[in-house]
This record gives sequence, structure tokens and C-alpha cells, in this order.
Amino acid sequence: MAINKNSTGYTFLFSILMVIIVGSALAFTALSLKDRQDANAADKKMIDILGAIGVEANRSNASELFAEFVVERVAIDLNGQQLTATTEPVNPKDKEDPFTIDVQKDYRAAVKSAVKAADGDSDKLNEALVDKGLRFPLFECRSQDGKTLYVIPVVGSGLWGPIWGYVALEDDMTTIYGANFDHKTETPGLGAEIKETFFTEKFKGKQLNKGASTLFSVVKGGAPTDEYSVDGITGGTITSKGVDEMINRTLAVYLGYFESKTKAQR
Amino acid sequence: MSTDTKSATTKKESLFSKKNRKLLSDPLDDSNPITVQVLGICSALAITVQLQQAVIMSLSVLFVMIGGNVIISLLRNMIPDRIRIIVQLVVVASLVIIVDQVLKAFQPDISEKLSVFVGLIITNCIIMGRLEAFALGNKPGPSFLDAIGNAMGYAWILLAVSVVREVFGSGAISLPGMGQVKFLPTDWFMSEGGFYENNNLMILPPMALVTVGIIIWIQRSRNKALIEEN
Repeated sequence: MAINKNSTGYTFLFSILMVIIVGSALAFTALSLKDRQDANAADKKMIDILGAIGVEANRSNASELFAEFVVERVAIDLNGQQLTATTEPVNPKDKEDPFTIDVQKDYRAAVKSAVKAADGDSDKLNEALVDKGLRFPLFECRSQDGKTLYVIPVVGSGLWGPIWGYVALEDDMTTIYGANFDHKTETPGLGAEIKETFFTEKFKGKQLNKGASTLFSVVKGGAPTDEYSVDGITGGTITSKGVDEMINRTLAVYLGYFESKTKAQR
Repeated sequence: MSTDTKSATTKKESLFSKKNRKLLSDPLDDSNPITVQVLGICSALAITVQLQQAVIMSLSVLFVMIGGNVIISLLRNMIPDRIRIIVQLVVVASLVIIVDQVLKAFQPDISEKLSVFVGLIITNCIIMGRLEAFALGNKPGPSFLDAIGNAMGYAWILLAVSVVREVFGSGAISLPGMGQVKFLPTDWFMSEGGFYENNNLMILPPMALVTVGIIIWIQRSRNKALIEEN
């Protein structure tokens, strides 16, 4: 008896079998390649962090240079209190290692659930965010000329999707030593220009305005700038605003930590 | 009449018969997917800035094309007609995801540059077109050859365009694993006080279209059969 290929039962059976086979094949591929992909992602992160302090690295020497230039890795909480600190070699498998904190993912998840918990009340929102136990990593580095630098990861939103970057501060914790940014899907030629050196170069030597309400600003393309601001990207206004927002929001968290650190040094 | 068809089906056709060889050679010229059928143009414009990207992209398309064609051809008598397009889509999509994962694991830098275009192989009309038009009605052997032919037809245009664009746009040639090799002495460049300057227009997408156009022009002036009546 020939099977009726066009019967509903056969169609269902065929689809179910197909989904099971394809699903297991893909799951197998993804699992067997995961370690390599994670290692690549870790290398990329090291290259980006080193880029912020002006050290050019590539995939083959990233972990070596990272061990050489990054002295200590610290995790702090939303109030600027130190949680953990380590000087051990990076262990990508250790969830406690500040290096492995996925700022982008944690932040998004925390904000999403905090907004839900606060239910439109801005005071509650802050409380809820504190409750989430967000951890903020900080990388204490040594520059090529022996200065102490602090690298802070920043994450935020551009026009189309996530943007992120690393800001390096000098040991006065006010002067920006360097920065780099990257993005997922910003418009090529406009917002996507934030990753280009002509933009990141502008951050070098700028100051954080600690007394004022905004620490630092990325002003609309072409507007005058002072030591507390840089020129944004013309045609990339929303991406530039995203850079502005993520720098202000993130650095504010670290200021408390820096204050307690300077007090301790005195 | 009936004996004719019988002898044709019973007599085993050689894999490299004249008809099958045409499956390989036709897509390179007479029915080239890019220059004649004008399919898959989008990726041809986007990832031809450097040769290494074009090489990796071509290999990815070759793999997906062969895998898709052979699998669909093997399943052609089992696939229910009503869901055949979705079955093709699932097969192609899974192969593309596998390629994407492998690239992320072994060629992270190139994978980053190709970004969404590996994922977009799923929507590459060349692949779905061949599955629907060829693999569904032919045995795995010829489907395999058809896949190689079409993927090669796609690949050589990609490679040709990317060589032109990289040589004139960056003054270099890059291959996977070797990085970019500049073949002009550095002091020839204007920035170093020389006389030569790279043509930045070549790096921008419009020049890919112009380059493909020039290839089509050369191809049609050689092969008069491709010129339309009007």
C-alpha cells in the first residue's frame, strides 16, 4: 500500500520528524563549538579593553598582553561598594571573575525587571535596580609608560540596537585617557562612525565634570565643545545621545568607588 | 515510445555524461546566477570589499548549496507537496546556521565582517531557486553537480569583483589565514610622498555594481546568445 504523501497525517509526521532531526543537529553543532566561540569572545573583549588604554593587540597575543597590562579586576555594586577584586589570571569559566560579567546582558535584564517591579514610579525604580544586585566591573591597568589607568565598560542603546564601549580614566579619576566604542546595527556612515578613531580620539584628555549634574556630554554635531564635552556625529544624533547617556549613567556608579578609594589613600 | 523511456531509465546514466557536464559548465557562463539570472546581487555587492571575505562567502554558499541540493534531492519523493517550500527553507536555514556557528568558532574576524550576510544566505534566491527548480525533480548525483555549478558561477563573479575592488581600492590582496598583503611599496603612496593614491570609490558599494556591470558587458559582447531580441 502506497502512502498518501498529501494526507494531513503524513504531512504532520514528516514535519515532526524533520524538526526533531534538524533541532538535534543544530543543538549538537552549537554545543560542540561553544567553547571555541566563548574563547573568541573573551579574546575580543581583551582586545577592546587593551584598545581603550592604547595597546594594540590581536587574537594571538591578547591574553598575554592582557595579563601584562591589566593589574587588577574589581567588581563593584550600584552604590560604589567593592564586591570582589582579583589579580589572578583570567578564568573565563569563573562566574565570580569580574572579567566574565556580561554587562550588556545583566544591565538589560535588570532594567527590564526593575521597570516591571517599579510600575512607573521613579523612586521605586532606583530601589528596584539596587535590589537586582547588578555588578559593575572595573579594570585597573598599567599604561605603556607606567601610569595607573582605570578601564570602565559602558553599555547603552543606539538608534537600532545595543552600543557599548570602554572608557579609560587616568589615576586622577577625572581625566579620560582613551575610549573605544562599538555597536551592533547602527547606520553605516552615520551612527556606525562611533567606532572610528576620529571620534574616539576626541575623548582623549577630556575631563569629567564632577561637580555638575552631567558628568560629560556628547553635544550635537558642530556645536562648540569645552573640556567636559565632545562633538557628536552629524546625522548620528540618536547614537551620539546613546553614547552620552551610557557614559553618564555608568561613570556615575563608579564615582562613589573612586571617592572611597582616594579617601583611603590619604 | 514506451520502450524508449524504459531504456533511458534502466540504462544507468554516467555521472559525467554530456548532459551532466553541462550542469556544471552552464551556470559559469550561459546561465550564470549573478550576471544572467541577476540573483544574489545583494551579497555580491556587500561583501566584495576584500578577497578574503569573498572567498569565505563563496565557500559558505558552496557548502549550503551542495548540502541543500543533495538533501532535498534525496528527500524529493518523501516531501509532502503542500509544505515543500517550508521544508526547503528549514534545510537551507539549518545549513546556514551551521556555517555561521563554524565561522564564529574558527574565523571570528571574518565572521564579524560578513556579519548579517552569512545569515542572509538563507534568502539567497540562487539557493531556493535551484532547490525548487532542480533538486526537487532530479536524482542526487545531477543535483550535486548542479549545486557545484551554480555555487561556482556565483563564486567566480564574487572573486573577480573582490579582486578588482581590493586591488584598486586598497592596493592589496587578502586571503583567509594570510591577512592583507600590500604589494605596492609603501613609499609609492601619496601619504608617504609618492605618486599613487588608492581609489576610495572602489571600497564603496556602488563600484561593486559598476564592476558587475562591466563583467556583464564583457560577457554579452563575447556570448551573443545572451543578448535579448529587443
